[in-house]
Amino acid sequence: MRNITFSEATREAMREEMHRDPTVFVYGEDIVSQGGIFGQFAGLPEEFGDRVRDSPISETAIIGSALGAALTGCRPVADMHFADFVGVAGDEFANQIAKNRYMFGGQVNIPLVVRAPDGIINQAAAQHSQSVEGWLYNIPGLIIVAPSSPATAKGLLKTAIRMDDPVIFFEHKILYPQKGPVPEEEFFTPIGRAAVVKEGSDVTIVTYSLMVQKSIQAAEELEKEENISVEVIDLLTIKPFDIDTILKSVQKTHRCVIAHEAVVDGGVGGEIATQIQEEAFYFLDSPVYRVGSKNVPIPYSPPLEQYVAPHVENIKEALLKSLNKI
Amino acid sequence: MSQKSDIIADEFLKITSNEKVYLLQTMIRIRTFEENVEKLFFNKRIPGFVHLYIGEEAIAAGMMANLKIDDYITSTHRGHGHAIAKGADMNRMMAELFGRRDGYCKGKGGSMHIADFSVGMLGANGIVGGGYNIAVGAGLSASIRKTKQVAVCFFGDGASNRGTFHEALNMASIWKLPVVFLNENNQYASTTPSSYALSVASVADRARAYNIPGISVDGNDVIAVYNASKYLVKRAKAGEGPSLLECKTYRIKGHFIGDPEKYRTKDEIEHWRGKLDPINSYSKYLMDKQLIDQKKITKIRENAENEVAEAVDFAEKSPFPEGKEAMNDLFSFSPNKYPKAVQ
Repeated sequence: MRNITFSEATREAMREEMHRDPTVFVYGEDIVSQGGIFGQFAGLPEEFGDRVRDSPISETAIIGSALGAALTGCRPVADMHFADFVGVAGDEFANQIAKNRYMFGGQVNIPLVVRAPDGIINQAAAQHSQSVEGWLYNIPGLIIVAPSSPATAKGLLKTAIRMDDPVIFFEHKILYPQKGPVPEEEFFTPIGRAAVVKEGSDVTIVTYSLMVQKSIQAAEELEKEENISVEVIDLLTIKPFDIDTILKSVQKTHRCVIAHEAVVDGGVGGEIATQIQEEAFYFLDSPVYRVGSKNVPIPYSPPLEQYVAPHVENIKEALLKSLNKI
Repeated sequence: MSQKSDIIADEFLKITSNEKVYLLQTMIRIRTFEENVEKLFFNKRIPGFVHLYIGEEAIAAGMMANLKIDDYITSTHRGHGHAIAKGADMNRMMAELFGRRDGYCKGKGGSMHIADFSVGMLGANGIVGGGYNIAVGAGLSASIRKTKQVAVCFFGDGASNRGTFHEALNMASIWKLPVVFLNENNQYASTTPSSYALSVASVADRARAYNIPGISVDGNDVIAVYNASKYLVKRAKAGEGPSLLECKTYRIKGHFIGDPEKYRTKDEIEHWRGKLDPINSYSKYLMDKQLIDQKKITKIRENAENEVAEAVDFAEKSPFPEGKEAMNDLFSFSPNKYPKAVQ
């Protein structure tokens, strides 16, 4: 298997799907001349002409028109530039794309994908660093996914484009240049299923996106340092998350830590923890702990940013607490 | 006020007398539907928030006579007239207002969310200014799929103050999309007069900012609406891009059924009820031209009453959905099951 970057993997997914289906097109801010701020669209404009478009800085028009196109026979992929800008198109997410199918009684499908680069990178500060899946999580009608590697990025994006429902595709900015093995042949990563990326028996970590690699690192370090066996679950789909895989693991390990980069308070981790205690309370030997950013906007200055963001050390600490070792 | 209105041809002159009568018939069908809905609401047969189109019928009738079934419209919270004129089925509309299973949305939408995708009616919208970008997307889709469809976005004077107006018109303009933005300026955004809330005298004036034609016509004159619509729809289909059409009208009924209407006088409403009523003035025009007589108008009204009575009967015979049906239709896949993975 060859190694390619996360950015290249998403580009391959776009190319394959755009070749297959002429109704797939992509647009957003700064795609054509720049190839996307992380190069994730490079080469596509030359290949697909006006099916790859620069849009004006008009987030409501980007998301709203993606809905209009999806309702009328296309499969649009809209790029949010930065996930933080989801808020600009808040109504389009919350009241339009999420509700159209339902409130019209299922008359139509809404095959659209919104790509949203998220996460902390290079001191981008409060309005360019967020993980905002929690904003959207509370809206019935949206599917939310977050790949953690080049292979899952390609597989999830291809599945998302072929789905008949709105999918929000969060891609962590740190991941774009990272390389990983990606099969040469066509493949799809299922939406709605988590992957056990590391098996273990003492404690479970439920995580997604960039935090998967940090969780694996934490697990491996603790295995060496403390002889603790940690199971790591990569959710891949944040909503609807794969509760069955989580419960199966927790029923085995009896302990669980949830790790995401988004702010802990009111975050997706809280929902996962609640469902675990509702379904597997008597299997638990300790409280479910959450790891995430502290409850402030992401600050600019390196030591401030460093303090607020969740790190491998925070995950290790939560694991040890879960095991009553600290 | 209106740019380019001098170049609009009187295409209305060229249509058959049947087509001219059809415009009146559409207006009367909408009026009859709405008058009955008002009564049914007061009799507590229809719940929810209902906004009536009475007084504005010439706009839906005049525009829709220029559209084909596969052309698109986006509608507003005041959308019954748009749906009827675009070809929606009154039975299913009424069943939806009654909250029944055979309604367009199986009882999930109600008055503010009627849609019929089979006739290109992409949905009423409870969010003021929510339809612009959906219409832009429909126009973009037509351009990507290389069809000759047009998308018409209905919106009110209040909606013209939304930020989405700006983003949609700008995007449609730079991409030359086949979209007609049709403003129904009924002079009030709920309780707030457009004379107070708009920075311009005419919504059409805002077209200049987007380098697209902006035309203002008397929205109570179905002939003027027809001619302007014909011109702008043809233009959009020829690839000449979007436009803005303002139709000045008056909402004879309150913002919603039950509105105490403290923001206007009875005299003002009466002024618009008489000669200025679009159905009265167009009936008179057709009679003066001897294209119709009073007997035929009475017959059209009777037919419309019968159609609505049948719709009420259909709605009443349709069962209420069971509570658990609320869990259907959110996604294309079944609830509580993983989305079908593509393998």
